[in-house]
Amino acid sequence: MTLHLAVALDGAGWHPAAWRESSPDVFSARHWAALVAEAERGLLDFVTIEDALGLQSTLPDASDDRTDQVRGRFDAVLLASRLAPLTSRIGLVPTATVTHTEPFHVAIGIATLDHVSGGRAGWRPQVSPRASEARHFGRREFPPLDRLLDRLLDRPGGEDLSADPHLRDLFAEAADAVEVARRLWDSWEDDAEIRDTATGRFIDRDKLHYIDFAGPFFSVKGPSITPRPPQGQPVVTVLAHARLPYEFAASSADVVYVTPHSAEQARAIVEKVRGLSDKVKIFADLLVLLGEDAARRKARLDELDGAELVSDAAIFTGTPGELADVLLDWRRAGIEGFRLRPGAVPHDLEQVTRGLTAELRARGAFRHAYEAATLRGLLGLPRPAGRYAEVR
Amino acid sequence: MTRKQVHLAAHFPGVNNTTVWTDPRSGSQIDFASFVHLARTAERGTFDFFFLAEGLRLRELKGRIHDLDVVGRPEALTVLSALAAVTDRLGLAGTVNATFNEPYELARRLSTLDHLSEGRAAWNVVTTSDAFTGENFRRGGYLDRADRYERAAEFVRLSRELWDSWSPDAVAADPAAGTFVRPGGIGTVEHRGRHFSVEGRFTLPRSPQGRPVVIQAGDSDEGREFAAANADVIFTPHGGLEDGKRFYADVKRRLAKYGREPHQLKIMPGVTFALGDTDEEAAENAARIRRQQVGPQTAIAFLEQVWGRDMSAYDPEGPLPEVEPDLSEGVSQGRVPIKDRAAVAAKWRALAEEKGLSIRELVIEVTGRQTFIGTPESVARLIDEHVQADAADGFILVPHLTPGGLDDFVDRVVPLLRERGAFRTHYTGTTLREHLELA
Repeated sequence: MTLHLAVALDGAGWHPAAWRESSPDVFSARHWAALVAEAERGLLDFVTIEDALGLQSTLPDASDDRTDQVRGRFDAVLLASRLAPLTSRIGLVPTATVTHTEPFHVAIGIATLDHVSGGRAGWRPQVSPRASEARHFGRREFPPLDRLLDRLLDRPGGEDLSADPHLRDLFAEAADAVEVARRLWDSWEDDAEIRDTATGRFIDRDKLHYIDFAGPFFSVKGPSITPRPPQGQPVVTVLAHARLPYEFAASSADVVYVTPHSAEQARAIVEKVRGLSDKVKIFADLLVLLGEDAARRKARLDELDGAELVSDAAIFTGTPGELADVLLDWRRAGIEGFRLRPGAVPHDLEQVTRGLTAELRARGAFRHAYEAATLRGLLGLPRPAGRYAEVR
Repeated sequence: MTRKQVHLAAHFPGVNNTTVWTDPRSGSQIDFASFVHLARTAERGTFDFFFLAEGLRLRELKGRIHDLDVVGRPEALTVLSALAAVTDRLGLAGTVNATFNEPYELARRLSTLDHLSEGRAAWNVVTTSDAFTGENFRRGGYLDRADRYERAAEFVRLSRELWDSWSPDAVAADPAAGTFVRPGGIGTVEHRGRHFSVEGRFTLPRSPQGRPVVIQAGDSDEGREFAAANADVIFTPHGGLEDGKRFYADVKRRLAKYGREPHQLKIMPGVTFALGDTDEEAAENAARIRRQQVGPQTAIAFLEQVWGRDMSAYDPEGPLPEVEPDLSEGVSQGRVPIKDRAAVAAKWRALAEEKGLSIRELVIEVTGRQTFIGTPESVARLIDEHVQADAADGFILVPHLTPGGLDDFVDRVVPLLRERGAFRTHYTGTTLREHLELA
């Protein structure tokens, strides 16, 4: 059984001082093209691309004025689309925020990515709980996030988040946004386009459907302006650290990224998630610094940054072989795939695509060639039938 | 003295009856390969830019989705970003509605496209007063005409504040010094306006063009004023020589009020064309295309939009019936409404009687004939003459076929425009601003 492997791309890597190791031009298409080409050479399932509607900061809900870390990011959906024609097999999973955006625009953007990539699109819907980001839109007042975020990050699996009305609303809104997107993707039946010259009809309008979604946050009439994507529905993935996002992932996602720090925690989280859904694929996130000298590299980067690396995900330093052992150990706990966050690119990415994949293959746990043309195919997810098709 | 240069853009065929899908050469309106074909053709022809329209709700007639024209298109900026990977110099212009977007998010997306295309992004700003389209959006509802333009103007001003908010040298990326951004390089935007209230920092450095090119496509007095104040390019329906000259003079005259020079706003009418080896053949081709564009069912649909009632019982190849228009409410949704339907109906009836036209012939007669019809030589001459006579600075060409509708034009007309010294033989700049001589 092949293990599913993804890498999470963000700037120069996930260590805040990573850019000082290789000094990449993170605002060039070339930088990203090289990374995704390397990931595809490694036969990975997909890459994710981080995004947010605000500037990076070490503070939870304010600008930090730091000048020694990467600041600035592209819109991830457009970046993924820019990379699509340069690749042919690997899945492309951009982050797109659902809190301040229009579900209709996000849905057709992801559908377009799926058309452009020939069925390789995914999406990581993300909530934006920050008051500082709400001020970029000026439509809603959010409470300061600092204390809530501490709870979110410090207590994986914490139960008390769902009691907070602000967060509860954000995740309810996110679930509605995913529901709208899925309905819009289904709103065109696969064979809606008929091009019937005899009757002069380009489409069979009985195969286009109003979605008539009405909720407390928005209403969307439909149908989509974009024909059904090649995958039917692109793959929805959710990062989750606690009960509330687990529920969101269980109800809305095809893949959930969880953040255990040990095999034991992995087992406990899998049990929680499986209590909510037996369908969602469970991936674990790990921040990885790899190679014989990984510990020394990490120490050097920590020193450059002036602080020890912290992360919501477990931090792994070691050789690709040692990492392969950990992944297989966690797989026995019920984890089906991994999203690895390279500490610094290209180094730690290449350690994954060349070193780790070879180690996993040697253990019979990773593919030798791409065996499917779509992201759903790679993940073993069936192409969903349109929900409106059987209504007639 | 160098000759005034023609600017050209390629409009991807849209979702109205200009686009002929019944032709055997008609390809997919959604496969990425179609976009690649047209974009590469335009780039081979050294066009200024590639243009995508937008429509955020499927059009309806008589309360049902209109099924006679091409339906379905991608999200514009997403497909343009992919096209940036398969083209090098071609400008990439997307229509994005200012009514159903927020400045922080859209300015970011446009800046991203400008970075990822190395300076080739353009934004065609449109607005809508359409509650029908608003039903797809959380910020639905509608604005009246004056508010729409005021909001759009504030939207553009705020976008430019965001695009300008990082100093040009903000990104140091100096690992030895440990400085990624220079101190003070990322400014804070504080905007308090009637329509938007935005405070914070933008997430991207200044893009290669500094500010992506802004295109405006309205024709009303407010639209012209908006363009004079804010736009780099205006996309107009005035493709004729005389109305083009009037429009051109009117809009260029408005620029001084905003401290702008005439060359800072390029006027580019949207035009159609039909080519042939001889003038007769071109005329035949034009007539054949018109019949394809106005099929029997489409002729009835046009009639229904003016008459405001179901006309499906009438024979499109037969005479106009005696029935009077129902002026109570329209039957069409998601299109620009027809003003004064009673007068239009009277005019159509008079014309049909005078010339003895069937319904279909009438609709062919009254709906847009191709702007330029002729041999490649005569079309090249007409285009050049319009530009030299200040009826336009260039044209946005709307081919009737996807994706090959521009092939003949690029192969046969562009070389003649180049021979006339009126059009570039190769790209001399890398950014769209440079192509448009706006830099």
